[in-house]
Amino acid sequence: MNPEQLQSIITRIAPEAEFATEGKQFPTVVVAAPFISKLSETLRNEAGFDFLFCQSGLDYPDHMMVVYHLRQTSTGFEFVLKAKISDRQNPEVATVSHIWRTAEFHEREIYDLFGIVFTGHPDLRRIFLTDDWKGYPLRKDYSDPINLIER
Amino acid sequence: MEKQQGSPENFPGKVISSPNGGNILISTIDQVINWSRANSLWPLVFGTSCCAIEMMATGASRHDWARFGTEVARATPRQADLIIIAGTIVNKMAPVLKRLYDQMADPKYVIAMGACSISGGPFYFNTYSVVRGADHVIPVDVYVPGCPPRPEALLYGIMQLQEKIKKESLSNPRNPMTNFQ
Amino acid sequence: MQLEELTLISKEGNLETTEYFINMGPQHPSTHGVLRLVLTLDGEIIRKVEPHLGYIHRGIEKMSEADSYRQIIHLTDRMDYLSCHINNEAVCLCIEKGLQLEVSDRVKYIRTIIDELNRISSHQLWWGVMGMDLGAITTFLYGFRDRELITDIFELTCGARLTMNYNVPGGLMWDIPNGFQQKVKDFVAYFKLKLPEYDQLLSENIIFTERTKGIGVLSREDAISYGATGPTGRASGFSCDVRKTTPYMAYPFVNFKEITADEGDSLARYKVRILEMWESLSIIEQLIDNIPEGEHLATTKNVIKLPFGEFYQKVETARGEFGVYIVSEGKNIAYRVKYRSPGFSNLSALDHIARGCKIADLIAIMSTLDFVIPDIDR
Repeated sequence: MNPEQLQSIITRIAPEAEFATEGKQFPTVVVAAPFISKLSETLRNEAGFDFLFCQSGLDYPDHMMVVYHLRQTSTGFEFVLKAKISDRQNPEVATVSHIWRTAEFHEREIYDLFGIVFTGHPDLRRIFLTDDWKGYPLRKDYSDPINLIER
Repeated sequence: MEKQQGSPENFPGKVISSPNGGNILISTIDQVINWSRANSLWPLVFGTSCCAIEMMATGASRHDWARFGTEVARATPRQADLIIIAGTIVNKMAPVLKRLYDQMADPKYVIAMGACSISGGPFYFNTYSVVRGADHVIPVDVYVPGCPPRPEALLYGIMQLQEKIKKESLSNPRNPMTNFQ
Repeated sequence: MQLEELTLISKEGNLETTEYFINMGPQHPSTHGVLRLVLTLDGEIIRKVEPHLGYIHRGIEKMSEADSYRQIIHLTDRMDYLSCHINNEAVCLCIEKGLQLEVSDRVKYIRTIIDELNRISSHQLWWGVMGMDLGAITTFLYGFRDRELITDIFELTCGARLTMNYNVPGGLMWDIPNGFQQKVKDFVAYFKLKLPEYDQLLSENIIFTERTKGIGVLSREDAISYGATGPTGRASGFSCDVRKTTPYMAYPFVNFKEITADEGDSLARYKVRILEMWESLSIIEQLIDNIPEGEHLATTKNVIKLPFGEFYQKVETARGEFGVYIVSEGKNIAYRVKYRSPGFSNLSALDHIARGCKIADLIAIMSTLDFVIPDIDR
């Protein structure tokens, strides 16, 4: 698998994906959030990317991202897939927990700390904080005047 | 005081040998009770984070806390009389700690081990979920600083607690909840 | 909850059984930290395991967004405190990758030697606690007795026994002292005589093998899907050792085998860790006499600013693959730091492999999965 084959697979499903290789550690692909469910099934079943080794959330002033680091265990090829969520008030993206089982816990953590709702997740609730916690701490606009120092 | 066979070495009080070959031990009740409480403190197994490893090392073969009287570490708070808070206390864990403390029977003592349980430690700034010091939750008797404190430091803390216990008195019973907000 | 609402499971003869919930609370002698498990039981057979985390969640990722790059290294010590040097090394390597800084060979060798010592000490503690969980309290004392020798070496080198903080971006905080090589060689010679004792105590013990053989089987596809790395994944046949797939530091210069097994049960996970200790001893022997001369710290600016971009670094801790993902906007503090902790993914496999076992088997499974809960909760 090399970046060109990857690009052809991805643009078949999400034609407007942004693809970048130079200057980055892994080939990075940015797609819009609605394409994730179809794209992740294709990547797992056709292209053989069976190891999701890191899933994290990112918070920017006008949008949010969910970052998936994927690896193909047969060849060791790795790349980064980013799902861009434009609606920061009600962020939503489809779950991938039925494809890569490790995502069950990772998505609960991202929901807990960022507030991104994963549609179709079997059991989406807070994992680290207490159930009645207000707010999503890892967002940049989370304010807690007692504990956190504003910069 | 003559040391006869069969009496403990550092027993506070006088040992009088009686003509039948036995001993009569004379002491005040305070001294006996405090001596026995201090030399048989049984801690509760309560370690949340890295200090728990140093606590386990204190109980292990090289620095052995069994020679100070803490023979076993009980798993249930009903049978323990010392709780060593080893590790960070988080907002979610604080009610659990309070409940464990309430389940212990009097007399009960608390050692706060490590910087996290004294004052929040390295997690003092910029975090939303750490209780800055276990003494916001339960009253603490001895503070052992360090991150993590060496096993020798924890043993010194236990010895300080033993000194503190020996100064108590039945006529002035100890209520750890006075002056505690 | 009314009795009628509980599900009726089976009617054997005239006996109706119902499911009930038991809480293995946050304070429990064998949960390796504060992990709360809500077990749904039918008699003594487990139907479902639900971990409740967060009892040691300290918000390290949020703190890392407010501290400078040199200040976040000491926080990774406290996450997986049994492989703290390897965690520190992950952050330093990520920062060095961002700054495109090459460290000297001397630093690579020393970092690798201390890595492997750290791995052995973590496995020693795991072995001691594993025996204690299953009831053999002697192993606890043996494991700690041998671990004290390694903590002596660490104390000689960097002053701290457990949370070492010896790595800085660019190298090491200070150079190794004079007696270091001799002490490490003495330890290796001593421990080679002790590891067969470990085998005699536990591995060849029939009670132990009966309690762990065939218990908690994790297949290879499940291991990849759940992201179980480290000895847990390798015991299921998933060859995921970061030291072999993407070698870093001095690992390209040494010969060692990656230990895998096929059965995927608790006994296989146990054996993989014991054999890993032998491999670590052999790695240390290959490196200890050949430490090249050089400087122990490359010059960096006082204030580290990573360029704009993202950097990911993975290392192999004693528990699995630990990853550091730094998103930087060009300032002297990070925009987002995410730590991919191995225990988090290993824990997500617990529900899958513990169904159908009894409670005592659950204890054995949890010991072989080797969690450190602050690593999971960050």
